Amino acid sequence: MLKNYFKIAIAVLRRRKFFTFISLFGISFTLTVLMVLAAFIDRVGNSNYPDKKRDRSLYILSMEMQGTKNGYYNRGPHSFYFLEHYAGSLKSAEKIAISSMFDYSSTYVNNKKVAINQKYTNAAYWQVLDYDFLEGKPFTPQQVANAERVAVISEDTKTAYFGNIPSVVGKYIEADDIKYRVTGVVKNVPITQIMMYGDMYLPYTLSKGDYKTNKGFNGNFSAIVLAKSAADLPKIKKEYAGIVARIPITDKDYDHIYSFADTYFVGLVRTILGNGNNSGVGKVITGLGIFVFLFMLLPTINLVNINITRIMERSSEIGVRKAFGASSRTLVYQFIVENIILTLLGGLIGIVLTLVVMSLINNAGLIANLNLTINYTVLACSLLACLVFGLLSGVYPAWRMSRLNVVNALKAK
Amino acid sequence: MIRLQNIEKVYRTDTIQTLALNSINLDIEKGEFLSIMGPSGCGKSTLLNIMGLLDAPSKGSITIDSQDTASYSDKQLARFRNKKLGFIFQSYHLINDLQVLDNVELPLLYRDTTAKERRALATEALEKVGLSNRIKHFPTQLSGGQRQRVAIARAIVGKPEIILADEPTGNLDSAMGNEIMDILLQLNRTDGTTIVMVTHDQYMAQKTHRLVRLFDGSQVQ
Ligand SMILES: Nc1ncnc2c1ncn2[C@@H]1O[C@H](COP(=O)(O)OP(=O)(O)OP(=O)(O)O)[C@@H](O)[C@H]1O
Ligand SMILES: [Mg+2]
Repeated sequence: MLKNYFKIAIAVLRRRKFFTFISLFGISFTLTVLMVLAAFIDRVGNSNYPDKKRDRSLYILSMEMQGTKNGYYNRGPHSFYFLEHYAGSLKSAEKIAISSMFDYSSTYVNNKKVAINQKYTNAAYWQVLDYDFLEGKPFTPQQVANAERVAVISEDTKTAYFGNIPSVVGKYIEADDIKYRVTGVVKNVPITQIMMYGDMYLPYTLSKGDYKTNKGFNGNFSAIVLAKSAADLPKIKKEYAGIVARIPITDKDYDHIYSFADTYFVGLVRTILGNGNNSGVGKVITGLGIFVFLFMLLPTINLVNINITRIMERSSEIGVRKAFGASSRTLVYQFIVENIILTLLGGLIGIVLTLVVMSLINNAGLIANLNLTINYTVLACSLLACLVFGLLSGVYPAWRMSRLNVVNALKAK
Repeated sequence: MIRLQNIEKVYRTDTIQTLALNSINLDIEKGEFLSIMGPSGCGKSTLLNIMGLLDAPSKGSITIDSQDTASYSDKQLARFRNKKLGFIFQSYHLINDLQVLDNVELPLLYRDTTAKERRALATEALEKVGLSNRIKHFPTQLSGGQRQRVAIARAIVGKPEIILADEPTGNLDSAMGNEIMDILLQLNRTDGTTIVMVTHDQYMAQKTHRLVRLFDGSQVQ
């Protein structure tokens, strides 16, 4: 039976080349976009270089101050003072990495301007995060305390500044007219790892926004809290919430302060969508759901339409099959199977397209150091989506078709 | 074999109401070859469709092989048609996407048969109509007469007791028409298949056992 369905399905697909093309294009295009997008999200969300201990880390990325009386609202990174003072007092944490957002600076190599994104960190940063050192080592707590002009640079920075030479540790690199001694070279971090990305890492004691005198809460820093084990995370969250609740607010424009120690994903979302106590994760999931739904709805409707046309022009076949003993249900089944064959074919093409697009993106180097790969969960989900597609877009037309009166079906030419 | 009692068929559209059949009473014996004639639009096809359970009458009852099918569900009707009835249409109604053999096998798909059995039965039916050398062809590669012979093979492959043919020679020239007619006569004579055939051809009708004439939905002979 299945073999017969397959035969007729392929025959129809080959006869109706234009419809087949449109259907297959719709399905495979949609799938490709979803899969590339998913790979992208996956890369941003799950790539774990250099924060390999993400499962026992909490991220304090942004804080929010609210003044309910005058409607003031302010969200952004913290001051170094705030993090050192409050997050630094967490008793249940093992270590706390504090670092600034990256800042733009520039330097000249052979009279050509080179942009260097520099980032200020504390010494614990290098223990909380697992950068791969290609040579040298991080700067020491002592060097940080002494505000020595030392730097860890990325592999790309090394090549751009020094060219292809074996070792640069101990050499000097100049940025914004200041010379720093290189202590180590690390493997590149993709910019999608926004908290860890940088071309040059410097001791926070060198930062220009004077961290010593800025006793305000807003600044340019965020923290990563490392716990002894994943089991400690809830405890740390609670402790931090308690600390934040007791912070005295000196600025009279504001009366509420929100700062959370979040897991990686929640932290990212909160930074963009957070509002008060609401992290925005719910919004993200709803939004993504609606997006995927709408995105899949279009080709589904398209397919439903094509299927109705495709099936109706086969009314003679339907009439004949019914006359010779096919029940409506059998016919519905046949057309759904045919449609699933079509969508699975589209799925296969979609996978090939995805591979092509990914390799194009990877090779074009649109986004620094990003390397997209097919995610097998996403692949499985996509194939499942294909099946659902096939069902959804096949059921309605098949049902309409099965209600055709035999005599009319045979009359239609 | 087929008993029609007080059959009436009314077609209603928004504006007009057509009485396509008006109190038809007909008894068709097992093994009988009956032909139906009448001017265009007099209700011949309607009557045949009702006999074939493809359409329901507005009034009256049909019993086939002493079974009243009025209360049958879609599924039961499908199974009943599959077992008892074979259809032949004026415009063949072959599935152009399928090869001759697959077309002939079609009724068997809706029965409990293996692929091997289906193949054997379909080949046998094609031999009966003299087309066993064309099984890999597609319908569009055949002449009208050959197509109608494929359609006959499809109608007889399931060994139905009744064959309903609506102008089977209507699209063919007289030589090919005669060929088809001979096959039907042969089928009726050797297998004892009951055949009801609609035709416009007096000469064909004369070869059958009995002739029924319709005029404006009523039986006049
Ligand atoms: N689906 C329908 N809706 C409305 N009227 C119909 C329908 N089918 C048939 N009729 C009408 O019923 C009458 C009988 O039609 P039928 O097709 O049975 O005629 P026929 O005798 O087979 O004609 P022909 O020799 O041309 O095939 C005609 O007047 C036709 O217009
Ligand atoms: Mg007719």
